[in-house]
Amino acid sequence: MAAVTQSFQRTRRQKLQVFRAVIFVVAGLFFLVPLFAMFEFTTRGRLLTDPRSLDAWKSIATYPDLIAAIVASVELAAITSFAMLVLLVPTMVWVRLRLRRLNRIIEFICLLPLTIPAIVLVVGLVPMYQWMGINFSDSILTLAFAYVVLVLPYCYRALDAGLSAIDVKTLSEAARSLGASWFTVMVQVIVPNISSAILNACFLSVALVLGEYTIAQNLLYNNLQVEIALLGRANAGVSIAVSAASLLFAFVLLVLLSLFNRGRGRLRLDDLKQVMRTERG
Amino acid sequence: MAERAGVEVRLENLQRRYGPVTALNDLSLTIAPGELVALLGPSGCGKTTALRLLAGLEQADGGRVVIGGADVTTVPANKRDVGMVFQAYSLFPHMVAWENVAFGLQMRKVGAAERKRRALEVLDLVGLAPYANRYATQLSGGQQQRVALARALAIRPKVLLLDEPLSALDAKVRSRLRDEIRRVQLEVGITTLFVTHDQEEALAIADRVGVMNAGHLEQLGPPTLVYTRPATPFVAEFVGLTNRLSGEVKSGMVEVRGTQLPLVQPNEPQGPAIALVRPEAVSLATDGNLADGPLVGTVIAVAFLGATSRVTVDLGGGVTVLAQMPTSAAAGHPAGTRVRLALRDDPVLIAREEKASVDA
Repeated sequence: MAAVTQSFQRTRRQKLQVFRAVIFVVAGLFFLVPLFAMFEFTTRGRLLTDPRSLDAWKSIATYPDLIAAIVASVELAAITSFAMLVLLVPTMVWVRLRLRRLNRIIEFICLLPLTIPAIVLVVGLVPMYQWMGINFSDSILTLAFAYVVLVLPYCYRALDAGLSAIDVKTLSEAARSLGASWFTVMVQVIVPNISSAILNACFLSVALVLGEYTIAQNLLYNNLQVEIALLGRANAGVSIAVSAASLLFAFVLLVLLSLFNRGRGRLRLDDLKQVMRTERG
Repeated sequence: MAERAGVEVRLENLQRRYGPVTALNDLSLTIAPGELVALLGPSGCGKTTALRLLAGLEQADGGRVVIGGADVTTVPANKRDVGMVFQAYSLFPHMVAWENVAFGLQMRKVGAAERKRRALEVLDLVGLAPYANRYATQLSGGQQQRVALARALAIRPKVLLLDEPLSALDAKVRSRLRDEIRRVQLEVGITTLFVTHDQEEALAIADRVGVMNAGHLEQLGPPTLVYTRPATPFVAEFVGLTNRLSGEVKSGMVEVRGTQLPLVQPNEPQGPAIALVRPEAVSLATDGNLADGPLVGTVIAVAFLGATSRVTVDLGGGVTVLAQMPTSAAAGHPAGTRVRLALRDDPVLIAREEKASVDA
């Protein structure tokens, strides 16, 4: 009987492994084939008989408008992430500590941009940006105001998950009773314990800003995506090379994030055994 | 860790309301230097609110908090110089044990080397020096609370506040840590307020026990006094088990089922009343007379508690009585046997409710 059960379990395990491998291969192909196609397209010569070359990749640097757009988009990503964190983290912590009844309202406000199409947002933003262009600045970096609104729903969810994983109230009160100011509570107690959530929020924010097209195009700013679209009409090879590069950049960010997360908060088996022994003793 | 005298703590006419709910109603309490007072009471009685007001984690609607002669009512929590251990595990997860303990010292600008030395010293005091480099997730619940105790003590606070620190632990660890807390408190000599809903914990650990009900203190006194001479029916019923037996007050005594018992308050008005009788004041009569009588009944359950046993006797008419006695005395009276009870003439308190029953 035991042998039959073991054999059944072994067969089941093998089937599961095959299923996992198939899913892994299919998902891998789904992601890699377009990337490969992009790379293949960007390395083609002018004629089918021409040898492969990296000219399209090399010539990225020769387009000053493209470089300016890349720099602007990276700056926008950094400013948006920073502004989002400064706005969201203290607000969400404070709501959890003192204004719990406002939790639903804050959540609703933060998720609202998700329900509004980008083009509708633009309609609302145009008069604001006209006013800002005259009275404040017409720099592309002012797009960060709009982008902070745009990334709110995603970053709110990421930070909410992080804050839900810790007892914000007890940790804050413990730190306060030990003499910490509210600033110290935030910087030395809350932030280190939601660092993964903060990284997740930043990553989402960076990915969103690097991929944003509609708002920039309609407000007449040339960010990375707008420039790629413009370039696509003049030189498809370079345009696709830049797209592939921005995808790779996002991919590297994701890998770094998962590596960082993996190194945190691991409980070793030996420690667990030691804890149980001490508890029994 | 150097011994030092504690300071006096006074809560004067504290009031706290949450909307229409009054959590604290004119609470006044003085804790002598180096004394450990336990606040005991049911959920929602205001004991944790009192502790949080003392810690500065909440603001009072009225009254004063005085620590060591200084009025700290409006002083923020981080300036009050109190150490606190919370009910929930509160160690900072990103720091190892000694870093947790050193956190308060860092806030007080103590140098890095001195911080570590003092943190290890206090960890040693609670017996956790070998675990100094472990994260909270690598410690058991009891160890985490001991580190939290060390963290609270490391800043050498004027007052130590313990907010049900044992309630998340299992019985064995709880009992051991309770003794540990008392040992450390006596060793350090720090004025301590301990909040709990567990009467055994409060009675075992405290110099004085304050029983709270509906936002005010019903009684404050040494554990033996609170148990043996409860000031109010609420205290009698909340601290320990109590039988509620119908009787009649007559000339300074109460007659309960044919037995005259003295009163805690001899000037009780005459008339029908409910006598509150402790189970240990009830015994099984040994004269063998089982003829019908007001105290003759049938054993319906015997609970073995180790050295003692608790016998539940049905006296008929819906009245059951608990009797607690040495296990040897309860032996030979299994469920179903007829017994006659005897009431010891300890002074009893009187309640005025109508229905007689057992409050278990």
